[in-house]
Amino acid sequence: MRRIISVLLENEPGALSRVVGLFSQRGYNIETLNVAPTEDDTLSRLTLTTVGDDHKIEQITKHLNRLVDVVKLVDLSEGAHIERELMLVKVRATGAQRAEIKRCTDIFRGQIVDVGPTVYTIQITGASDKLDSFLEAVGDAAILEVVRSGVSGIARGEKVLSL
Amino acid sequence: MELLSGGDMIARALEDEGVEFIFGYPGGAVLHIYDSLFQNCKVPHILVRHEQAATHAADGYARATGKPGVVLVTSGPGATNAVTGIATAYMDSIPMVVLSGQVATHLIGEDAFQETDMVGISRPIVKHSFMVKKAEDIPETIKKAFYLASTGRPGPVVVDLPKDITNPVDKFEYRYPKSVKMRSYTPATRGHSGQIKKAVQLLLEAKRPVIYTGGGVVQGNASGVLTELAHELNYPVTNTLMGLGAFPGDDRQFLGMLGMHGFYEANNAMHHSDVILAVGARFDDRVTNTPSKFCPGAKIIHIDIDPASISKTIQADVPIVGPVDSVLAEMLSLVRDARKADKSLPDAKALDIWWKQIDEWRDTHGLWTKPRYDTSSDLIKPQEVIDTLSRLTNGEAFVTSDVGQHQMYAAQYYRFKHPRRWINSGGLGTMGFGLPSAMGVKLAYPDSDVVCVTGEGSIQMNIQELSTCTQYNIPVKILNLYNGYLGMVKQWQDMQYEGRYAESTYENSLPDFCKLAEAYGHVGVRVDKKADLEGALKEVLAMKDRLVFMDIHVDPHEHVYPMLVAPNGSMRDMWLSKTERT
Ligand SMILES: Cc1cc2nc3c(=O)[nH]c(=O)nc-3n(C[C@H](O)[C@H](O)[C@H](O)COP(=O)(O)OP(=O)(O)OC[C@H]3O[C@@H](n4cnc5c(N)ncnc54)[C@H](O)[C@@H]3O)c2cc1C
Ligand SMILES: Cc1ncc(C[n+]2csc(CCOP(=O)(O)OP(=O)(O)O)c2C)c(N)n1
Ligand SMILES: [Mg+2]
Repeated sequence: MRRIISVLLENEPGALSRVVGLFSQRGYNIETLNVAPTEDDTLSRLTLTTVGDDHKIEQITKHLNRLVDVVKLVDLSEGAHIERELMLVKVRATGAQRAEIKRCTDIFRGQIVDVGPTVYTIQITGASDKLDSFLEAVGDAAILEVVRSGVSGIARGEKVLSL
Repeated sequence: MELLSGGDMIARALEDEGVEFIFGYPGGAVLHIYDSLFQNCKVPHILVRHEQAATHAADGYARATGKPGVVLVTSGPGATNAVTGIATAYMDSIPMVVLSGQVATHLIGEDAFQETDMVGISRPIVKHSFMVKKAEDIPETIKKAFYLASTGRPGPVVVDLPKDITNPVDKFEYRYPKSVKMRSYTPATRGHSGQIKKAVQLLLEAKRPVIYTGGGVVQGNASGVLTELAHELNYPVTNTLMGLGAFPGDDRQFLGMLGMHGFYEANNAMHHSDVILAVGARFDDRVTNTPSKFCPGAKIIHIDIDPASISKTIQADVPIVGPVDSVLAEMLSLVRDARKADKSLPDAKALDIWWKQIDEWRDTHGLWTKPRYDTSSDLIKPQEVIDTLSRLTNGEAFVTSDVGQHQMYAAQYYRFKHPRRWINSGGLGTMGFGLPSAMGVKLAYPDSDVVCVTGEGSIQMNIQELSTCTQYNIPVKILNLYNGYLGMVKQWQDMQYEGRYAESTYENSLPDFCKLAEAYGHVGVRVDKKADLEGALKEVLAMKDRLVFMDIHVDPHEHVYPMLVAPNGSMRDMWLSKTERT
């Protein structure tokens, strides 16, 4: 099953490499990874998605917790949560295609953020499967470049991941 | 407040931490530190002959004393030479602090002379590591390193020290913290009471119980309370290779080691048990054999301070995260209360049947009920050497070992009475561990017998340390079980490769070990007649202030048994001799 694990990490040099190293060392896979500072400048927040059965996920969270630089973590997929990913896509857009792509972008509530004579750059946010669907709708032939931020997420309701 | 240079702060911090020995080797990046040690440090430094030996010596010291071992090495090759020893300590959860020199901060990343990314190289084999970027951070970082190494599940911690921050010119305020706290590190200090209650209930209902304990009981100083609990219940106890000594080897309730080369009675008791109390043991693959066939009828209580050890390979029915000493103490008092309230607990009749069964296993194939090796052979059997050693030292010597058949004979035939006396590399299985670790032990306990059981293959991996022993007068006894082969490799080749000895022989290239020892200023004693063995061993043990290299020529074709049948075997499937199988 796909899981979204969110980690508060000491903002120390090398901390990220310990997390990433753990995954390769123990043969776990990371599907997406997203790291950035938080409102507290001593902490970064790292969100990763991975797949595995319950046993594997339990081992992953235990081993993450064992890392001294990991302050706290939560498996967001265990409860109600909001999941977002940002994607920038550069597509070939000429002739009739221009209108078609514009329409498709609107349907997915995306924005065209850069326009060239033969290309559009589109920004889309949402859950990962929505981004996947957009790419499918546009079709491989038109796609020139895709950049995705990786998933970030937060629990719904009162629950917070903080110190 | 006092002003000290970075180098001086390191020297002072080690003093303030109560460090007894530094095992190390100098080089460019640590010269400032060495100058500080030379001028201002009361902690003795032991100059090894190879950095790997520094880590093993510190490791041996740590295993014997329970205090973190301390290592100091230079950058680049000094640091990489230490890697095997760090990994060895990591796999067996041994507390160690490794101070490694690093090129100056402004040179980091430039492929400078003797630069290696030590924090990166050691990352998968340390509990944690630090790169200190400012001299002011030295005292606090060193305190944290000792704290992390020695608490929770112990392990090695690397502190990488760029040369510029240790320079003698720049001075800073020095204050060594009494304690440190880290918000991201909070090891469990006691177990969950509800879980402990559940465990006690399950334990008291058992009809075929077994207590399986490991290195955690040794590391966690819980052998006293473990012994009390086992006696209170009259339950059988088996130890892993790392757990030997935690329960007295001469106790009737002791079944010997379990696992791949474990005792017949221990492996059978595990396989047929209905409740297993696992304490500070991690269900290693050398123990469980095929996990899906592991102890089919057993409910498992698992106590470990590291949640990641629990239900990793074998699912626990009652997991308890916490330190062994406090959890066992809580269990013991609950057991006593329960038995006061209900005198019929545990089921005495069932237990009686269980013990009869165990004694029958012992009598048929136990290694201690009668010799299972050929006593009529003219050749010296390696088992007999250890048997004799155990008898002559009354099970009370410190025994270190290398890796191979000799290690297994030592584990099987030496009857350890106390914890922290059996010092060996189990998780990594590092040949070359024996001699340097013996040095660390002997330095800590100069008045005790310290014996290194080794083989002619392993001893050559760190034999240069004979010179260190000369310099510091470290009179350990080396028992080289000379079989002329990489015996453990040969055993597998005999069993699985039809006796094709691919690179497990030395083609008459071995030195005269006695002469070699003498060249270093030590005593060499060669034994090749069975009749001489006991007398020679007595004489060697009596030479208290000399290092003696005892070269004992043993049967080259002996195999270690029992041996679990693999692949696809369970714990009761064993080879008992070259021809006999369960
Ligand atoms: C040639 C060879 C053959 C071998 N054959 C065998 C064999 O036949 N049988 C065998 O048993 N081993 C054998 N081994 C060793 C094996 O590889 C493992 O090292 C060993 O089985 C692990 O022992 P352990 O389970 O006690 O765990 P350890 O590695 O000692 O781990 C200790 C556990 O205790 C926990 N712990 C530490 N401190 C505390 C505390 N204070 N409180 C609570 N928990 C704590 C740790 O988290 C860890 O999970 C062999 C090794 C070699 C090299
Ligand atoms: C550093 C290292 N290299 C290789 C091995 C694999 N290995 C395990 S036992 C063994 C043979 C050891 O030979 P010896 O020291 O003579 O002991 P014996 O088995 O003969 O008693 C080898 C090569 C190892 N454990 N460690
Ligand atoms: Mg040999």
